[in-house]
Amino acid sequence: MRWVAILAVLFLPWAPALAVEPAEMLDDPVLEARARDISQELRCLVCQNQSIDDSNAPLAADLRVLVRERLAAGDSDDQVMAFVTSRYGDFVRLRPPVQDNTYILWFGPAVVLLAGVAILVFTTSRRRRRPEPDPLTPEERQRVEALLAGRDEGSG
Amino acid sequence: MRRAFFLVPLAAFIALAVWVAVPLIRGEDPQELPSALIDRPAPAFDLPALPGHAAGASSADLGGQVTLVNFFASWCVPCLAEHPLLTRLAREDGIRVVGINYKDESADALAWLAQHGDPYLAIGADRDGRVAIDWGVYGVPETFVVDAGGRIRLRHPGPLTPDLVDDTLLPLLRELAR
Repeated sequence: MRWVAILAVLFLPWAPALAVEPAEMLDDPVLEARARDISQELRCLVCQNQSIDDSNAPLAADLRVLVRERLAAGDSDDQVMAFVTSRYGDFVRLRPPVQDNTYILWFGPAVVLLAGVAILVFTTSRRRRRPEPDPLTPEERQRVEALLAGRDEGSG
Repeated sequence: MRRAFFLVPLAAFIALAVWVAVPLIRGEDPQELPSALIDRPAPAFDLPALPGHAAGASSADLGGQVTLVNFFASWCVPCLAEHPLLTRLAREDGIRVVGINYKDESADALAWLAQHGDPYLAIGADRDGRVAIDWGVYGVPETFVVDAGGRIRLRHPGPLTPDLVDDTLLPLLRELAR
């Protein structure tokens, strides 16, 4: 029971701090939930690293209201996205679309990782291909065994 | 030859550094966003007049001739900074400038224009900022060049500067007017 209380206190501050004003919210909880989801995908162009759902900028508030108006008018989620993107460009989407000018963004890290793995495999396999050293001659083997025996006595 | 192989990461790093450094040194603003509307028809609008003005501004004001569309507000300090340049463009270079008064109090806008001069051939009052959203505006001032065919040819967020006017704006306007 105490643990539950501690966990509750720990996780309570993680509930998102909202910029959405009560007056902006839609009465229909389903539509409002969709509006929240869309708002979290849209960049606030004033602050640029916040979604319009997080931002207190007046433009973000205007866009939140606009998103809700479009939804109330019967637009699908994709139509709302297209409505905003046609005005502000792909940059307004916090999750950039996969298209020819974003391939570097989406696949660059994987390419760099694969290149690193390839270089690693290449260099280690080359190292392994170095010739094995010549086996010990009988005299050398005797000396090694004598040395090892001596150390055993010394430590034992 | 084999030793040169170890220079590959260094070469890759230098290439990356140059690629990143060039726009930085040229002074490009990484936060400046390209407009989604370049070469697209200017969004339609029909805005009411400021009190005391005969007419507002609408898409009809853009037809037929090259026009600048300038979003401004009396509360916007950079707008005041670019105002002498806009005035020069309108009065000396004979450029048509349509103003869109963004989220402003009418009285403030009128006082501002009375104090600093009115270079606009038409002004529309965009009180709720909806027309600005249609144009992809994310802050005032913002200036658009609309060609005679009604297409957006240039968009500049932020205040106009003398360099921008002389090096980019006027050459483009002359070319479009030809």
